[in-house]
Amino acid sequence: MNKTMKFHISKRASLPWYKAWGIRAAAILAALLTCAVVTMLLTGENPLNIFTTLFYGAFGTARRSWVTIQELAILLGISLAVTPAFKMRFWNIGAEGQVLIGGLATTACMICLADKLPNAGVILCMILASIAAGAVWGFLPAFFKARWNTNETLFTLMMNYIATQLAAYYIIVWEVPKGAGKIGIINQSSEIGWLPRLGNQYLLSILIVALLTGVMYIYLNYSKHGYEIAVVGESQRTASYAGIKVERVIIRTMVLSGAVCGLMGLLLVGGINHTLTTTVVDGRGFTAVMVSWLAKFNPIAMIFTSLLLVFLSRGASEISSAFGLNHSFSDILTGIILFFIIGSEFFITYKISVRRSAGKEA
Amino acid sequence: MKKFLALLLTLVMVLSLAACGGDKAEEPAKTDEPAKTDEPAAPTVKVGFICLHDENSTYDLNFINGAKAACEKLGVTDYVIKTNVPEGQECYDTAAELADDGCNIIFADSFGHEDYMIQAAKDFPDVQFCHSTGTRAHTEGLSNYHNAFASIYEGRYLAGIAAGMKLNEMIADGKFTAEEAKIGYVGAYTYAEVVSGYTSFFLGARSVCPTATMEVTFTGSWYDETAEKEGAQKLINNGCKLISQHADSMGAPTACELAGVPNVSYNGSTAAACPNTYIVSSRIDWAPYYEYAIGCVMNGEAIDADWTGTLATGSVVLTDLNENVIAEGTADAIKEATAKLEDGSLHVFDTAAFTVGGTALDSYQADVDTDANYTPDTEVILDGYFHESEFRSAPYFDLRIDGITLLDEAY
Repeated sequence: MNKTMKFHISKRASLPWYKAWGIRAAAILAALLTCAVVTMLLTGENPLNIFTTLFYGAFGTARRSWVTIQELAILLGISLAVTPAFKMRFWNIGAEGQVLIGGLATTACMICLADKLPNAGVILCMILASIAAGAVWGFLPAFFKARWNTNETLFTLMMNYIATQLAAYYIIVWEVPKGAGKIGIINQSSEIGWLPRLGNQYLLSILIVALLTGVMYIYLNYSKHGYEIAVVGESQRTASYAGIKVERVIIRTMVLSGAVCGLMGLLLVGGINHTLTTTVVDGRGFTAVMVSWLAKFNPIAMIFTSLLLVFLSRGASEISSAFGLNHSFSDILTGIILFFIIGSEFFITYKISVRRSAGKEA
Repeated sequence: MKKFLALLLTLVMVLSLAACGGDKAEEPAKTDEPAKTDEPAAPTVKVGFICLHDENSTYDLNFINGAKAACEKLGVTDYVIKTNVPEGQECYDTAAELADDGCNIIFADSFGHEDYMIQAAKDFPDVQFCHSTGTRAHTEGLSNYHNAFASIYEGRYLAGIAAGMKLNEMIADGKFTAEEAKIGYVGAYTYAEVVSGYTSFFLGARSVCPTATMEVTFTGSWYDETAEKEGAQKLINNGCKLISQHADSMGAPTACELAGVPNVSYNGSTAAACPNTYIVSSRIDWAPYYEYAIGCVMNGEAIDADWTGTLATGSVVLTDLNENVIAEGTADAIKEATAKLEDGSLHVFDTAAFTVGGTALDSYQADVDTDANYTPDTEVILDGYFHESEFRSAPYFDLRIDGITLLDEAY
């Protein structure tokens, strides 16, 4: 009887929501336990301390909470931007470049128009330029895909490098002081081109992304465009047969995706950092892909997946400084937790059945 | 159904936020207590350090070592080192968080942190903000914002002497003629700090090897292992007999070790990785500055707006002369020059030692007070030498002197 497997894997038809979330909760618990064990073995610290510190790093003070929510907003915004493309099964891994080029356009307006236009005019130009730049970065791969069926994964990835090199070039052009290779805070004394503060410096980007989340939710679920995106994503042939102009949908969606990325570049440069570096996007263009997929392209669920990632990264970095550990340790913890969360999706999609009879005979 | 869950999670979040709010209210009460007990023997001070990278970068490692050494010496146990803080709004946020956590003094180590440190200094007037390598404190007029640097050009000059003596030894051994004694230098950017560094190094070498010339190439990055390695290789192919660098990776030293070309390092010894080619390394020891600034906070004294470390303060040091590679008498020659630099009988940028465009200079206006247009504002050649790091701590020597060829000026 040993020849037969003692368990087998089958696809689940569907799982009630509470079971699915139960599995996810169990995964997070298991992940935290594993983290605790790893931490104890490697550093000898009390795991309870570790978790308190993790939480303190993300929400310990009012400022930490604001920064965490702002980080959440930026990651969520970029995730929202890539979602329509992914829902269409268009592998846009170029968000990093689309955000950066939006930031570069913003920077250009802030520096070149500062003494030529009034503040409101500069900000208007920044908004238009950043959205247009992002849209162009989204349009190019979509156009080539629609026309000549080029590979969008490679194309969007390559566009990232072009954006990075362009940014690097213009940073040298605008550097202060000469030879420093850095722009520094733009218009620090005049604050020209700085997006207005609503109450505090964090709120504006949070509100904009909150609005964007609602709009994107409606767009994807209740608009004709959203429906077309879903159909194209399921099958391009079905879509053509149903009379949907697939090429148009692809280009339109990618322009939208790029434009929203450009808008996030505007927030990053004009609203938060007030400077441009080649690393201003900080890999969020790629993290956004994970956020979007983990949430199954649901904008509301994305709030929680991006919160989880931001919470982990901020908390973990607090751990590394509070306990004097290398920053890589926080990456290890984040890695463990992500492993469990992504792994849990397997148990939600598939069922493992154990053969009792085999067990008895063995 | 999912909405219900979303609602539930939101509720948890809100509650947890509220819980944090509670924590925050409690905290000042806790910190108040030790203050009330009044122990004059050990004034409590909390220190924060902000680093661009972590200890894997030689540049940041040098700061982290200095920070730990200073805290140990002063008996400060309550300190936090924040690593991997980029040069953007995160720097402000990190500084503000450290201030929220009760730090009395906060240090940052990278040039690009400066604008954000100034912003934080304005928002937290009771906390001292110290920024290494920055240029704006002496004109900013903030009582709680300070810059620091060291007269590292003196260290480079001394390392240059070791390099010059090695060239002399190789000439005497018949490896190449005196006219072929060319030095290669891998720099990051055409920034004044780098220009000041390679020029002082070259002048040190030429003070013992008069026929020496130099070629400089730039990588456009403070840390790019491949570009630094390729830069060093290019210089070696061009016929450079000795290499030095001003960038943070092991790129140039390893290229030298592979090619068997002697190398003068920066920021720390590379003897372990390059036992056959490493000569000596100059570096800034930040511990004296950290001790000084933290000590000021402990004693309630004001910190200098702009502090320059010197050979005398122990801020400029040479690390590990490699006995296997150096020429005979190097240690003595360095000792002699050090004494002269300290008593003021020798100046690195003596106008008799260099020419620009074929003529010796008797006047030069440098851009000491940083502005966007690099307006020259201060006469820096007085008493027959260029006064580097005296009008402000960060270097401002940006002359292109004769004998040094820049291969590219793209950065």
